[in-house]
Amino acid sequence: MDMKRDYYEDVQLFSSKVVIFWFAILIAVLYLFPLFVDNYYVYVANYIAINIIVVTGLNLLVGYTGQISLGHAGFFAIGAYGTVTLMAKASFPFLLALPCSALIAAGFGFLLGLPALRLEGPYLAIATLGFGLTITQIIGRMDIFGGREGLHAPDITIGSFVINTDKEFYFLLITLTIILLFFMRNLIKTRVGRAFIAIRDADIAAQTMGVNILYYKALAFAISAFYAGIAGGLYAFVLKFIEPEIFTLMMSIMFLAMVVVGGLGSMMGAIAGAILLCWLDLKLRNILDVPYIGDWLEHLSKSWFSITGVSNIQFIVFGSIMILIMLFEPLGLYGVWIRTKKYWRTWPF
Amino acid sequence: MDFPFFLINNLSISFGGIKALQDISFTMNKGEIFSVIGPNGAGKTTLFNCISGLYKPNQGNIRFNGESIENKKPDAIARMGIARTFQNIELFSHMNTMENIMLGRHIHMKTGVFKGMLMWGRPSFAAQEEIQHRKKVEQIIDFLELQNVRDKFVGALPYGTQKLIELGRALALEPSLLLLDEPCAGMNSEEKQDMIFWIKDIQTDLGISILLIEHDMKMVMDISNRVLAINFGESITLGTPEEVQQNKEVLKAYIGEEE
Repeated sequence: MDMKRDYYEDVQLFSSKVVIFWFAILIAVLYLFPLFVDNYYVYVANYIAINIIVVTGLNLLVGYTGQISLGHAGFFAIGAYGTVTLMAKASFPFLLALPCSALIAAGFGFLLGLPALRLEGPYLAIATLGFGLTITQIIGRMDIFGGREGLHAPDITIGSFVINTDKEFYFLLITLTIILLFFMRNLIKTRVGRAFIAIRDADIAAQTMGVNILYYKALAFAISAFYAGIAGGLYAFVLKFIEPEIFTLMMSIMFLAMVVVGGLGSMMGAIAGAILLCWLDLKLRNILDVPYIGDWLEHLSKSWFSITGVSNIQFIVFGSIMILIMLFEPLGLYGVWIRTKKYWRTWPF
Repeated sequence: MDFPFFLINNLSISFGGIKALQDISFTMNKGEIFSVIGPNGAGKTTLFNCISGLYKPNQGNIRFNGESIENKKPDAIARMGIARTFQNIELFSHMNTMENIMLGRHIHMKTGVFKGMLMWGRPSFAAQEEIQHRKKVEQIIDFLELQNVRDKFVGALPYGTQKLIELGRALALEPSLLLLDEPCAGMNSEEKQDMIFWIKDIQTDLGISILLIEHDMKMVMDISNRVLAINFGESITLGTPEEVQQNKEVLKAYIGEEE
């Protein structure tokens, strides 16, 4: 058995011409669709793209490296405040301020990752939770970050272009998202990604094979925080205004929920999870717009589920989805996709 | 200066009140197959865990090529050229065979975060490195006859195959000292026979020294150059297989005392 193998096939991006074709179509659709739809849908697309970036980073940490973080809203906040402050106070251009603030987030991530060598599971969750809560409190107390009043995002200029509208911002955002997704995919396929997965599956064996787990766990936190930082910096310009109250514990939990619903340790799953939960979140926030049962849902929510009287049916729905996923498809949306694929391949048997 | 290839001197470790190892000393020559035998709970795996840096001994030293390693971390010890397998299989169950063995190449590869992310096309550094090391791994897969499970996820493979993949992963590290913790446990006699051939090949063709834990006495006597017998953490005797086989203490530990 002496077949010549091309080992590049194992790691290359596109396995066949067909895949390249469909990928080109997808890219074309992504770049053309804002020309045909309302501004609202572009806003929705921006919101989803930002969440995809965070969830891709968080999935590296939770899904691939097997660590947990309940503090990603903190990195998200560092990215947002860092970018806006660097642009407004130090007059950095946007394309420099964004990676700089993401690097600051990554630095915090690395430091937070160091105790992960000793802390596991629930203990790590509590430590990261503490970080997420603390960072917004500190930001809220500092005048340079606008304190409780918050900060307005300045205009973005790239070269001679000024980006004002959601549509203009969309093209910038989708380009960055695609690049970041490619980076992550390549990372996972090569040496560092393999070390992350090895730590998740059998950390003792990984150590005795020469993987420095202290460094790699902290590195996973840093890369994950970098992605959250980039996303936070971009989010500031979707909202145009940031204040500490935005970056709550609920936000961290939502990021985690997207990873779990999508499927731990799958990039496509994380993307699908982000799309599904973001869309549901936006839809269910304006609960009266839901056709037919909107009124009833609001009544239900206010009389049974809410202490403050604010409608919160979306969280009930998210909770139910997560329970159902855990019960019936632990691999999340990715698992559903695998099963469907198998079904069609073997159809009609 | 002339120093022994591998040396353990007065090694002791205890967990709470239990003395898991007491004053273990031996020297291993380069190219030797050196076996450690003893009943269950004698401290054999504890000895391995001390050597690979998972446990820190309370006293004594471990020297590899003259360098003291008892206070080094497991990954640093691996980088010096000591690889091991585990009694209870520790594979990366969500990777396929190829990727599992590729992890053994970790210390020989250089791709970091940035070079990894920038793997654009065949000429990129990361892609070239992947190709080059996958070729090396393919040789190991050929050597251990794992071609038919090359692209399968290891979690669902038979026990004996998983043991082989662990051996392959350890070989990929290109160690000069290989620690094998019960490589034949749970294998049938045919698989055992194959494993014995491979271990001999690893010694003679690849020139790797082997420290072996095994319960199968026939195999131990067959392939070992020297044998150390331990019981309750203390060494009973050390010598050639024939000498150890004749030793009264060893017989007592294994079979019990005559009335």
